[in-house]
Amino acid sequence: MDSFSGGDPASASSGRDKEAVRIEELHKSFGELEVLKGVNLTARKGDVVAIIGGSGSGKSTMLRCINFLEAPTSGRIYVGGEHIAMRDDGTPSNRRQLERIRTRLGMVFQSFNLWTHRTLLENVIEVPVHVLKQPRAEAIEKAQSLLKRVGLGDKADVYPAYLSGGQQQRAAIARALAVDPDVMLFDEPTSALDPELVGEVLTVIRDLAAEGRTMLLVTHEMKFAREVADHVVYLYQGRIEEQGAPEQIFDAPKSERLQQFLMSIN
Amino acid sequence: MSDLLNMLGLAQSAELLSLSPPGWGGNLLRGLLNSLQIAFGAFGMGLVIGLFGAYGKLYGGPILRDLLAVYTTVIRAVPELVLILILYYLGSDLINKVSEAMGYGRVEISGVVAGIWVLGVVQGAYSIEVLRGAIQAVPPGQIEAARAFGMPPLMLMRRVTIPAMMSFATPGLANLWLIATKDTALLAIVGFSELTLETRQAAASTRAYFTFFLAAGALYLIVTLFSQVIFGRIERWARRGQPSLRGGPR
Repeated sequence: MDSFSGGDPASASSGRDKEAVRIEELHKSFGELEVLKGVNLTARKGDVVAIIGGSGSGKSTMLRCINFLEAPTSGRIYVGGEHIAMRDDGTPSNRRQLERIRTRLGMVFQSFNLWTHRTLLENVIEVPVHVLKQPRAEAIEKAQSLLKRVGLGDKADVYPAYLSGGQQQRAAIARALAVDPDVMLFDEPTSALDPELVGEVLTVIRDLAAEGRTMLLVTHEMKFAREVADHVVYLYQGRIEEQGAPEQIFDAPKSERLQQFLMSIN
Repeated sequence: MSDLLNMLGLAQSAELLSLSPPGWGGNLLRGLLNSLQIAFGAFGMGLVIGLFGAYGKLYGGPILRDLLAVYTTVIRAVPELVLILILYYLGSDLINKVSEAMGYGRVEISGVVAGIWVLGVVQGAYSIEVLRGAIQAVPPGQIEAARAFGMPPLMLMRRVTIPAMMSFATPGLANLWLIATKDTALLAIVGFSELTLETRQAAASTRAYFTFFLAAGALYLIVTLFSQVIFGRIERWARRGQPSLRGGPR
């Protein structure tokens, strides 16, 4: 495996006590429906936080509130200690600040969301070159090594539609890594994949966890969550029902709902 | 060559269509050039109106949306010939009123500018709907991804939305372009010497109606065939990255 040019695992782990993302009293309603009912969560640098829960528990919404893809109804979001300014109705009040913070958050979507009119290489260099204004040659070099790293070194000039879901998702991870993010947000990265393609994507994510990247991961893969996460959060109907170390959550769940949830998926 | 034309009985027609006087071919080509100039300008103006209008309809406030709805509805409801008369006389009247009020006296309005303005307003209404549909056809996830990576709105429009919608918009825009080339013929009614008016004048002075209208038809056909080649290329470029429905190599 190539060494990754962007992140330095040593510095990531030495800054472990620094907070990466903090969510305070997060509420989110869609019309009448209250999806999040006051969530508090802190992820420190180097943490891998797995967010689990049934469908409709609000786990994806919570993740999407961090980078304001969903505007919170109320609450406060901090990234790297910086409060994201918002109006009373939850919409961001400082577009430039939000855009700057968003470039520090590498998001990976359930349905990949690669830009279909661009090749994999063009997808990966798009944000570094146009948003972060990095020199093109440098961005290309880095993108090639990232694509190699996720096992797509020979697919740089291929358009996404010609690739399998697993390959597209690995490319999407390379795209997120290209901005050298402080925090990676994974929104059910394997849920849209055929079962035989899940493994290749999890391998890449496992590798990122091992190098000390800060990650928030919404997932249905319990075995995987247990294996890579430092901290597991169980959401139930818009509230954090239970959280703790993976052993505690999976081996000795206290909440009855969590027990039922774990039973139902096994 | 001339023997062949003689044999086919076309010598007279060839003479009438010759590029230098007393032939009328030069006039026809000048008319075609004027037509193309107007079609090009009107199509371009329509695209600009269409892009802003489509964004206005999709993301604008209620007042802007209502105004745009009135614009697209009225323009698409009224026959183009009537619109051309209204817009032409309204436009020149307004300009003259303004000019007189400012003390410049009446101004002569160039036929090309007037033609572009009139047809551009018509094209804009149709462009708005073509582009609005195309923008809505872009998978929302691609726009969301750009947003999630901190892309500012204008860059997002330029780098993601417009390229991604091109493949959906091209067939509709090709239609609009071909309609623009032929709508220029309607400007004959306000006395603008585009291809159709030139043809009519040539035909009337020589009594060779069949020859000249056939020649004009051929010119319109050539424009259409050439446009199809160009738009075919644009569409192939816009659809890069999308597997063909027919299969085959990419």
